[in-house]
Amino acid sequence: MTSQFSSPVFGLDTFGDLNHEQGRPASHAQTIRNVVEQGVLAEEVRVDFFGIGEHHTEDFPMPAGDVVLAAIAARTSRIRVGSAVTVLSSDDPVRVFQRFSTLHALSNGRAEVILGRGSSIESFPLFGFDLADYEQLFEEKTELFAELVKRGPVTWSGHTRAALNGQDIVPHIELGTLPVWIGVGGSPYSVIRAARHGFSLMLAIIGGSPARFAPFSELFRQALAKFGQEPRPIGVHSPGHVAETDEQARDEFWPAYRDIITRLGPSRGFPVPTPDFYEREVGPRGALYVGSPETVARKIAENLPVLGANRFDLKFGMPGMSQTSLMKNVELYGTRVIPRVRELLGAASLA
Amino acid sequence: MNGEVPLRIAVLGAGHVGTVIARLAGQAGYSVSVATSGDPEEIALTIQVLAPGAEPRKAADAVAGADIVIVAIPLHEFKRLDPDLLTGKVVVDMMNYWPAVNGYLESFARKDLTSSEIVARRLAGSRVVKTLNHLGYHQLDEESRPAADPERRALGVAGDDPAAVELVAGFVERIGFDAVRIGDLHAGRLLEPDGFVFGRPLNRAEFARALGILAA
Repeated sequence: MTSQFSSPVFGLDTFGDLNHEQGRPASHAQTIRNVVEQGVLAEEVRVDFFGIGEHHTEDFPMPAGDVVLAAIAARTSRIRVGSAVTVLSSDDPVRVFQRFSTLHALSNGRAEVILGRGSSIESFPLFGFDLADYEQLFEEKTELFAELVKRGPVTWSGHTRAALNGQDIVPHIELGTLPVWIGVGGSPYSVIRAARHGFSLMLAIIGGSPARFAPFSELFRQALAKFGQEPRPIGVHSPGHVAETDEQARDEFWPAYRDIITRLGPSRGFPVPTPDFYEREVGPRGALYVGSPETVARKIAENLPVLGANRFDLKFGMPGMSQTSLMKNVELYGTRVIPRVRELLGAASLA
Repeated sequence: MNGEVPLRIAVLGAGHVGTVIARLAGQAGYSVSVATSGDPEEIALTIQVLAPGAEPRKAADAVAGADIVIVAIPLHEFKRLDPDLLTGKVVVDMMNYWPAVNGYLESFARKDLTSSEIVARRLAGSRVVKTLNHLGYHQLDEESRPAADPERRALGVAGDDPAAVELVAGFVERIGFDAVRIGDLHAGRLLEPDGFVFGRPLNRAEFARALGILAA
């Protein structure tokens, strides 16, 4: 199913989750500097991609992830760097393109962008947008973004920003193209939209059974064919945490997970997570990849073929976790999880 | 349904919620059509893959032949729905007024009425039943279970018209959930986003206990 693409790709994503040290919150500034260290370590342990998701809150002080990605790009030479996600609907597509084409230049062609809503809605009131306009904003701005990445002068008009009339948007992409993904949490319209523009599909699976998303992969493949687009990669983004043992990983992740879901619950409709609920999510049919390298690797290797995906991005960390445990997570993901998943997938494809 | 002609279900909306409901209804043996405000052709592929067997139709055609119309659109789109289209129909309101997620809506920002009562006032010619709103679409998708399964979850059903409530409760049961009648649309407050059962998969006993009512 993944034969038309080369070797599977493994990434790490962060939302700049606020670090705690010795039970006390680190500063926003320190948290941001810590993310740069995580990105640099990710390259050292041969992770393929490092992504930063846009957020605007005390728990996730990461509204300008592209600036942080630039710092990582300057200290690395191989790892791909990108957003996970960029909230395009409350941004200006021209500015998003300019920031990521600049990142592409700085990184010698290693930049990617994942467009989506994320679970973050704070940017809407912050920048004066109405959530009720979400569909139109995303539809129009995605359409414009598709024009922007094609190179050459852009002519576009819509209701959500000023028209462009044969304008040349700089800096130009130097080599190849800027890879664009659409992050999809459950809307079939977004799957169709990604296919129509020839973008790649990133399935954001943050709760419940991963297999539930398999029909979306099928829809994406059929829609690409319908629109006359070439096959495009499908990726999976899911939260988790890797430590030396299952027990350590679960113990480190649980209080942070419980606290943030409890805190976000009232505004996002999440019930307070119980230990039973956590057990289910951490288990084989849940969305959380929490455990030893072997446990996490097995779960990834099981789900990628089910979803027809050949990329997995682990959203690591939660507000309240320490830099030490996050760095360990990055190290284990690169040195133990990724090689083991490759081994398991290789064995499966030979079988 | 025991050999009776199966009920015909129209689902309005082909997004993340509508496709899940259409799939569940189809799996339960109902004849299902799905419509949006646009051309059925636009959703044909989506329906074919995500809700096989359901038929994409124009909204008027889907509604005309339906015994139950399920409104599976975001509440902020409700103002674009023509009430005349739904006259005489049993309408399931699975929408929520949830400002943090869908934004502030002037017409729903009143404390004395539930969102479904406001919906029912606008759909004055329809019999409105509130249900399917308090579990997320992914929960509805994953938690559907046969009758008597120990893991089967409960869904509250509220409405002012007892016959309409019975019809919809039968639908809820058949797509894999225990229907718990909780009273009229005003009592539907219990199912709203700030209520205890919202987002919580509970079995019938837990659900009834949570609401402090006896399971019907």
